[in-house]
Amino acid sequence: MTPRAIAELIQSKFKPEVAEITEFGDQVSVLVNKTRILEIMSFLRNSSELYFDYLTDLCGVDYQGRKNERFEVVYHLRSILHNHCIRIKAAIPEKDCKIDSVVRIWAGANWHERECFDMYGISFTGHPDFRRILMPDDWEGHPLRKDYPLKSDLGEAEWKGFKEVLETVERNKKYEVR
Amino acid sequence: MLKKKELSINMGPQHPATHGVLRLVLELDGETVVKCTPHVGYLHRGTEKLGENRTYPMALPLTDRLDYVSSMSNNIGYCVAVERLLGIEAPARAKYIRTIMAELTRIANHIVWIATHALDIGAMTVFLYSMRDREWILDLYEMVCGARLTVTYPRIGGVRCDIDQEFMDSCYKFIEDFPKRIEEYETLIDQNRIWLQRTVGVGIISAADAINWGLTGPTLRGSGVAYDVRKAAPYDAYDQIDFEVPVGKNCDVYDRYRCRMDEFRQSISIIKQCLDKLPDGLVLASEAPPYDMPIGKPRVMPGHPMGEILPGELVEEKVPFDELYSATEVPKGELGFYFVNDGTARPYRMRIRAPSFVHASVLPKLCEGSLVADVIANIGTIDIVLGECDR
Amino acid sequence: MIVDGTTALIEVEEGIRIIPGANTIVCALDKIVNWGRKSSIWPMTFGLACCAIEMMATGASHYDLDRFGVVFRGSPRQSDAIIIAGTLTKKMAPVVRMVYDQMPEPRYVIAMGSCACSGGIYNTYSTVQGVDTVLPVDVYIPGCPPRPEALLDGLIMLQELINKEHFKWSRWR
Repeated sequence: MTPRAIAELIQSKFKPEVAEITEFGDQVSVLVNKTRILEIMSFLRNSSELYFDYLTDLCGVDYQGRKNERFEVVYHLRSILHNHCIRIKAAIPEKDCKIDSVVRIWAGANWHERECFDMYGISFTGHPDFRRILMPDDWEGHPLRKDYPLKSDLGEAEWKGFKEVLETVERNKKYEVR
Repeated sequence: MLKKKELSINMGPQHPATHGVLRLVLELDGETVVKCTPHVGYLHRGTEKLGENRTYPMALPLTDRLDYVSSMSNNIGYCVAVERLLGIEAPARAKYIRTIMAELTRIANHIVWIATHALDIGAMTVFLYSMRDREWILDLYEMVCGARLTVTYPRIGGVRCDIDQEFMDSCYKFIEDFPKRIEEYETLIDQNRIWLQRTVGVGIISAADAINWGLTGPTLRGSGVAYDVRKAAPYDAYDQIDFEVPVGKNCDVYDRYRCRMDEFRQSISIIKQCLDKLPDGLVLASEAPPYDMPIGKPRVMPGHPMGEILPGELVEEKVPFDELYSATEVPKGELGFYFVNDGTARPYRMRIRAPSFVHASVLPKLCEGSLVADVIANIGTIDIVLGECDR
Repeated sequence: MIVDGTTALIEVEEGIRIIPGANTIVCALDKIVNWGRKSSIWPMTFGLACCAIEMMATGASHYDLDRFGVVFRGSPRQSDAIIIAGTLTKKMAPVVRMVYDQMPEPRYVIAMGSCACSGGIYNTYSTVQGVDTVLPVDVYIPGCPPRPEALLDGLIMLQELINKEHFKWSRWR
């Protein structure tokens, strides 16, 4: 099926949930409400004509100041059997920063969702092992948010594990033979 | 009587067999792994955030350093994605050159894979033989761009410079000679009793599970699923080339090893076809963006200053953001780039879908229930590079 | 043969003299200790990122580090040097420091690659700007990544550095 036809099928099936359909090149993205995301995803996974058995990618995007809802979770789905793909997006407001986890449908979503939380602070309810993945567990802040600094020097907000290392360095300097 | 107790073992992040800085926490019951928890992120360098602060041509060198074993493929993946986003078409000659380079990189990557995988399992000779042959490919790289590892040879809209006759001759010589080298490796380990015992029936993952976990590349194809981005959504010159996608059937470490050995031969056939068919012409499209690509103005919502939303004001939803996901088949699997563009020369969001990240997530599934010695074989078989996994 | 005070010693090299016919070398202890140390630097493999692949290539058949008496060790407790090859992140910094603290004296640190020297192209929230913020570095090897020849050159520089050491072998230093 063409991406456009898939998008229309989703729209006919979940009429009130689909907020927007956008196209770029030959790719179509469907923006849906986050409340019934699990239902939509299981439909996409299980229906025989769509059969999206392969979750290519899951990531977050921060639209601070550019869109009404600050975050979006983007799912890239692909059907290996039918060789077609679609992009599903779910808008997430900053105040209610959580969405249902799709790990039950695609096991591969596990680490992607953890990364999404790590980088954007979006919570995934129903995730079996929910914690940070790339940054240390006690890291403060979510680095890929648009208001997070890029440079290495974090000043006061420095991770305390790294501060401890610097203290160790100072303490051990007197034992070093040079 | 001794009380039965599970033993926790920490493996890594500094461990010679973890292919970088992967850390595994293993809960053991005797020799059996009960629970395996991978910890990644020890090489998280913030590539995505850095990419969002650079223009498209400037972010290209960052992609070399993702999967540093196959840097050329990463460059090509990035260039293909940006070309699709900006609507640039690379000339035919450049496409063929990139295909040659991608396949050379596939060979180089699989050489490093077989070297480290065999070394971990205990066959040191393979390491010495195959690293010798890898130098040949690196010499070919040096001929075209002067660098060995982080090449940055492809450009958005083509490649940096044309290849010459000297390169062609060496490349022909290489593809003529390399099949003998593959046979050498196979002589060493293919029927080796220890190798068979360590790999056959180890790390089994069924086809349905492999798809469900999102595996790609030879790791997926070892389970019998013939999914290859080069076939499913061709890019560069792959639609004009004849090649097969080798698949396994037993879903174990040995079959994945066989898949990669067969890919060596397919890559050589692809390189040969490309060299024979290489068309003439330019190697860089005329509309290719320059190094100092002007940043330009972002598309903003009508009536709203950049990034400022006044309290109580309703923002109109429709802001034109171009979104594009582009996938290429790198030696490890499917490398995807997802760009959100707001009209400037900088990506608003640059997401890298790294195959190693997904493959590392399947480690608990592979390791739990197996012996502790098989953990090493399982780490080797999924072919991860932590630079790409952590980004 | 009896050695008396009148037999002239022959200087074969600066600071090294032999007694003719006695099969005896007279020199400072420094010379022997340094010679022994520099001829068998056993570095610990600490491959962090891209440079680790070049380090592997240097250790493999084509460049063959073993010629210099350099054999890679997997354990910090059996090694003399540590080659930090690649980007050091803040999450990794405690590990690097812990491994370094486990190494016995005398120990040397080689920072391989731009990232280890200065942070390189990665000036981001998660990277340490140069490994010298957490370790005392002896040899810096620039390059992104350095060629194997550059790593060999760095090791030879370390050998020269060890050769110049004075009195670094006793506990009364």
